[in-house]
Amino acid sequence: MFDTLIDQFWSLTLSGIALGFIYVLVSLGYTMVYGVLRMINFANSEIFMFGTFATIVISRDFLGNVDSPNSLPLPKLILTITLCLVGSMIVSGLVAIFVELVAYRRLRARGTNRLATLISAIGISIVLSEFMRIITHSRPTLNPRVLEKKSLFEIAGANFRIDTVLTIVFAAVLFVVLDRFVKFSRLGRAIRAVSMNEDASKLMGIDLNKVISATFLIGGLMSGAASFFYVLTYENTKFNVGFTLGLAAFTAAVIGGIGNIRGAFFGGLSLGLVEVYASAILGTEWKSVTVFVILVLVLVLKPSGIFGEAVQQTRA
Amino acid sequence: MINLKESFKESNFRDVGAHIWEHASAVERKIMAVSFIGLAALLPFMGFGLLDTPVSDYGAVLVYPVGMFILMALGLNIVVGKSGLLDLGYVAFFAIGAYTMAILGTRTSLNTWEIMPIGIALAMLAGLILGLPALRLRGDYLAIVTLGFGEIVRISALNTREIGGPNGIANIPVPPSIGPLEFSLNDQKGFFWVVLVMILLTIWMIRRLSVRRAGRAWEAIRQDEDVAELMGVNTLRYKLWSFSLGAAVGGAAGVLYGSKTLFIAPEMFTLNVSILILACVVFGGMGNIWGVMVGAAILAYLPERIRFISDARLLVFGLALVITMNFRPDGILPRKKREKVIVKKEKNNG
Repeated sequence: MFDTLIDQFWSLTLSGIALGFIYVLVSLGYTMVYGVLRMINFANSEIFMFGTFATIVISRDFLGNVDSPNSLPLPKLILTITLCLVGSMIVSGLVAIFVELVAYRRLRARGTNRLATLISAIGISIVLSEFMRIITHSRPTLNPRVLEKKSLFEIAGANFRIDTVLTIVFAAVLFVVLDRFVKFSRLGRAIRAVSMNEDASKLMGIDLNKVISATFLIGGLMSGAASFFYVLTYENTKFNVGFTLGLAAFTAAVIGGIGNIRGAFFGGLSLGLVEVYASAILGTEWKSVTVFVILVLVLVLKPSGIFGEAVQQTRA
Repeated sequence: MINLKESFKESNFRDVGAHIWEHASAVERKIMAVSFIGLAALLPFMGFGLLDTPVSDYGAVLVYPVGMFILMALGLNIVVGKSGLLDLGYVAFFAIGAYTMAILGTRTSLNTWEIMPIGIALAMLAGLILGLPALRLRGDYLAIVTLGFGEIVRISALNTREIGGPNGIANIPVPPSIGPLEFSLNDQKGFFWVVLVMILLTIWMIRRLSVRRAGRAWEAIRQDEDVAELMGVNTLRYKLWSFSLGAAVGGAAGVLYGSKTLFIAPEMFTLNVSILILACVVFGGMGNIWGVMVGAAILAYLPERIRFISDARLLVFGLALVITMNFRPDGILPRKKREKVIVKKEKNNG
């Protein structure tokens, strides 16, 4: 039972970290929105899902890449990666803004109870995933391989493949940029002000609607980036790809303390590792069960997560 | 005495109905109730070929989805509508009921009516097991934990080879006949009457509980949980009650569904079912029995009838959720506004 874990420990650790970085980026979508609205962005998994399709459409239809065992020539490869990354970020960001406009804004303006907002958010998430299911006829969509997944180097049996390294490096850079942005930029300060005290920040002249839209946009951009790395690694997507991944990323956000950006970083990485180890022990078919059990345990035993506020106390 | 002219001065249908009922005498109420139940019992004879759907005949549609959806929506309404707890894993209880029926029905000599209480008990037990940790959480967290629970039940069924794994369980026996009433797939009137009886029992249970301690506690929890707790309401206990009663109805529906479809598989119990039922509750009007029934009947029947919607059923239901919440958060038949009643009473007194 533990043989696989011991045999392949370092290789598992590496893929756990790569998966963890994807979780980090998606969980930022949950955590940022939770910070300002004190509400879960239920449609974040669909925002991610739209990003994966954007990557594929750009690479396959727009740039005309076809599946080949070899990497594209370097200039074209760089162009593809840049366009796909930026494109999926933009698409996810736009979907996030759309979600906020349709599902949250009107209800917030009227001050209806949280249950109503929650249901409307679930509704929009269903609409988005069903829309994609119908236009893709429930079939998975393949991404043409643009990058030969060759090994760069090997340490202690862990195979540093080029896509793994790309994911880790890019995601880490994006995370640092976001962290700095929220800390020092004008908009970042406004976001933090709103998450501390909505009424007071309104009195200080902050345009609440704008800040909330921007928060959704930033969360969407991060999820979009994650969707690019997801497609780069797994090379396919489906209308329901966001469901399990979204649940896992949400769990990551809760582990780190939802509403806390650095918490999301540690939550994402630790969940990625735990998930990979657990799959090695229990078998992959119990993967989402493991994630869910972790979620419940964290919520019950330490609802504030590692760094965050106590979620139990937040109003329903 | 009933005075229709007065009643129709009320602003919406919910209030018109309430007005008629409030001003009816005991005998008139009985007549209304009996004639309504009689009318409902005769529904299978009222299709006249006009209400058949492209896929199946009217009698079958009346049992599933219409009757089943109404039953489950009433059960979920206890949780979502009465106590304001968002449960996205309602399908789990339905699945537990159906699997109880399938396992016991194919491996023991118990029949549907004997399995029914077992299925209900197991569903309630599952409700307690999930509720004890989950109901300490609020709002969105409860929603996500229940959602995860629904998936866990499905995945566990999928990965457990002893209960068929992805192949599910086939050859589930139909219920034995009660007197002259036979149960077969060709003529589903028997099933319809059983569903009807279950719906009536559920309505009776909800109405009884609503005016008693539990109902008042649920209402208080729904409006403001902190205040309810300060007033001495044991919130966790009443939330657990609401949760496991909802689960019981879901489990009962599951048992009947299992013995009606003859075959079940994990793929029938996805999150989509939970969403469909939630849409029925929300669309009709959370907390109002009549609203929930009308909502469930409409949302169950229309997609069967109109093929175009049938393919995009879930899309339509998602839209229904968003649009209802944005433009008519109380649904098509909103619950009676308590405040309105109080104001009216004061006017009458003064």
